[in-house]
Amino acid sequence: MTLLLNILVDGVAYGMVLFVMAVGLSITLGLMKFINLSHGAFAMAGGYGVAVLVGSHGCNFWAALLVALIATGVFGAALEALVLRHLYRRPELQQVLFTIGLTFFLVATANAIFGPQVRSISLPPSLSGSVDLGFRTLPTQRVFVLLAGVAAAALLTWIIARTRFGVWIRASVDHADAASGLGIPIRLVQCLSFGAGAALAGLGGVLGAELMPLEPYYPLKYLVLMLVVVAVGGMGSIPGSLCAALVLGTVDTASKYLVSEWGSLLFFVAMGLLLAWRPRGILTR
Amino acid sequence: MTTTAQAPAATEITRPRARAMPPPWRLPLATIAAAIVASLLWPDQLGLVSRVASTALLVLSLDLLVGYAGIATLGQAALFGVGAYGAGLFAQQVHGDPLLGLLVAAAAGACLAAASGAFLLRFEGFTLLMLTIAFAQILLSLASTFRGLTGGDDGLSDFTVSPILGLWEFDLEGRVGAIYAVAVLAAGLYLSRRVANSPFGLSIRGIHESRARMAALGTPVRQRLIGIYALSGMLAGVAGAVTAQINGIVGLDSLGFPLSAEALVMLVLGGAGNLSGSVIGASVFTLLHHTAASIDPYHWLFVIGIALMAVVLFPPAALAQKAWDRVRGTRKAAP
Amino acid sequence: MTDILRLDGLDRRFGGLHVTRNVSLALQPGDRLALIGPNGAGKTTLVNQISGVLPPSSGRIFLDGSDVTAQSQAERVRRGLARTFQITTLAPHLPVQRQVELALFERERLGHSMWRSIDAFTGVANEALALLNTLGLAHRADVATGSLAYGEQRLVELALALALRPRVLLLDEPMAGVPKADGPVLLAALDRLPADLALLIIEHDMDLVFRMATRIAVLVQGELIADGPPDAIRNDPRVRAAYLGH
Repeated sequence: MTLLLNILVDGVAYGMVLFVMAVGLSITLGLMKFINLSHGAFAMAGGYGVAVLVGSHGCNFWAALLVALIATGVFGAALEALVLRHLYRRPELQQVLFTIGLTFFLVATANAIFGPQVRSISLPPSLSGSVDLGFRTLPTQRVFVLLAGVAAAALLTWIIARTRFGVWIRASVDHADAASGLGIPIRLVQCLSFGAGAALAGLGGVLGAELMPLEPYYPLKYLVLMLVVVAVGGMGSIPGSLCAALVLGTVDTASKYLVSEWGSLLFFVAMGLLLAWRPRGILTR
Repeated sequence: MTTTAQAPAATEITRPRARAMPPPWRLPLATIAAAIVASLLWPDQLGLVSRVASTALLVLSLDLLVGYAGIATLGQAALFGVGAYGAGLFAQQVHGDPLLGLLVAAAAGACLAAASGAFLLRFEGFTLLMLTIAFAQILLSLASTFRGLTGGDDGLSDFTVSPILGLWEFDLEGRVGAIYAVAVLAAGLYLSRRVANSPFGLSIRGIHESRARMAALGTPVRQRLIGIYALSGMLAGVAGAVTAQINGIVGLDSLGFPLSAEALVMLVLGGAGNLSGSVIGASVFTLLHHTAASIDPYHWLFVIGIALMAVVLFPPAALAQKAWDRVRGTRKAAP
Repeated sequence: MTDILRLDGLDRRFGGLHVTRNVSLALQPGDRLALIGPNGAGKTTLVNQISGVLPPSSGRIFLDGSDVTAQSQAERVRRGLARTFQITTLAPHLPVQRQVELALFERERLGHSMWRSIDAFTGVANEALALLNTLGLAHRADVATGSLAYGEQRLVELALALALRPRVLLLDEPMAGVPKADGPVLLAALDRLPADLALLIIEHDMDLVFRMATRIAVLVQGELIADGPPDAIRNDPRVRAAYLGH
């Protein structure tokens, strides 16, 4: 029973990390139909930002988190506005080629700036302990991850459903050509969404730093994971990404606990089955 | 428009006609010539020649899928790895003859591709792409789990390959290996060109450009796609076998995602859809990697990263224009 | 004479939309049936069901007496059914000659041949060029189909369908979008179709319809409201009512 609970807690936490990291990619793919294989670099940027600010400059964790996320978001928005948006009309293979090249470049940059060794993020005292829930105790960090993931999902859902910006996003995803004709400032929507997705990925990088250690090869190592969440969840679907991430995260965690010698076999089998069953996204018929 | 004149006898119509297909021996001979020149210029880099040749064969197999059939895949390493492990295990358990090993790898690659293709090709686009990734990762996990058979992380290395035809032993300088790899590549190029020139190849191009039309012409579309997938798997498997036989070791990276991604990058770099792009892309990429990596592993990523972005943003006139023309089509149609 | 094509109570729904309502129709060899009706009546949907692109919700389709309702497009083509598309579906980068050769290779069951070069099949090449010549396209044989003028593309569509030597030919608005200047060539080609070919042609161009058709069927909101010789249709009050304001 304790094992089951451990699997559930760790699995959901892992799933939350995957969700936060991948949701920006899902929106980008759904919104701009642009294949950005360098998305993992944003997760890395956020993680490194906090690691360096806290570790080398002694900043307060929460301040560092805020700064790193804003910086990553701005970096993402700038990248989109200056470089990537010129490639939206290019054939898919060219987008793949370019963003892989960009990823290589960012990996090499990370190595040049931060060095090849693995970095960890030293958590503040508020997150280092445990929380007593009565029936068991949980590491505070896990609780933080769960809460952050839920908060992110809730915030995104609220924005999409209740704000004008959300309407713009939905219209642009469903009817890209018509959207600008309807007076929607499509360039702004694309740029801001991209930046937001980048910031969220950065948050994911921080939240997941324990499971996915920060190192220069990070964007390449975890690219497949993010693509999997987006594919299974369905491009452009936020609830889909959440559902996919939680399911797959739990499957992978269960696999690591119960049959660790099989590696990620069950993860990819689950992914294949889910994708074959619902090719358009786990929540879409 | 002109009004139709009385139609002349069928045999008298000669102009204009669609451009004839390139002869199948042209590309293999050009490749062999280039390999000879390279071997003469850099006689102590024969290992590199072998690597370029076997990689080019892998990229060629991918070109049949991506360039001709329009099937984007990031799981080609699955077929390469199956061929590599197949050849290694065959040499270890059954017989050391390398040519037999190639046959085994070819059969393994073709069968695995046909079997997986029957399922995978029900899907299209991004879904298909992701499923090919999943397939390769599943095979990788299996290979890692059954480490008694595959050697796991340490790789499969205790197998010996006999001399080719009993005469030519794989030497340490790599001379025999280089000739072997280039010969196999040339054979693969010849085979691919023949298939591309055939009615089957034409129907594959038709399926790529207009599946609806082909179905309306009575083409068994899925059957044909499985056929090209099997052919591609065969070539990828052979590429894996050659690599295994020359290097004497097979590692888990032969099933890995980075290999599939690199092959795709090389293909797009050299130009998809005209077969020669596979050789060009493999050569350029491997040479870049080799020169830059020997300086510093991370420097090479700077170089290749910038090179890839540059190629997309500012296609170099000679190379990319020709490749893009063939793929996109201009005033003069591809034959 | 046995029907070469028979539709028995063909019915198709898309969720709440009832796009084909119990359509029954029979064609004999040599028939020239024009299928007319207002926009959105479901004419192309009906043709899609006959050719196998879309399965019907209920009902049957018989080709020369055999039930083909469950058969694929490819199988129906092999039984002698061919169609053209309203939207151009030609392979844009293939030269016209190669596109026609593709149809011929499929007809001759040579599509699986992997070793011989297509240039070695001189018979196929000659037949392709001859076919293009009868449609006035021989001078465009080496041009990519994507570069052709719209009227020329419609002719290539027709060439492909004819290359298959069908017994039943479904033409989906062959004149749609064709510039006036190219009209006569297309009409001449239609006039020269084999006499025993059964033709079902969707058209809005009433001149063409009354010129070519031996029979007219009228489809309104998925339902066949009239089916008979041109004169009877012309005077049918229900048809006039359906077309008022059209």
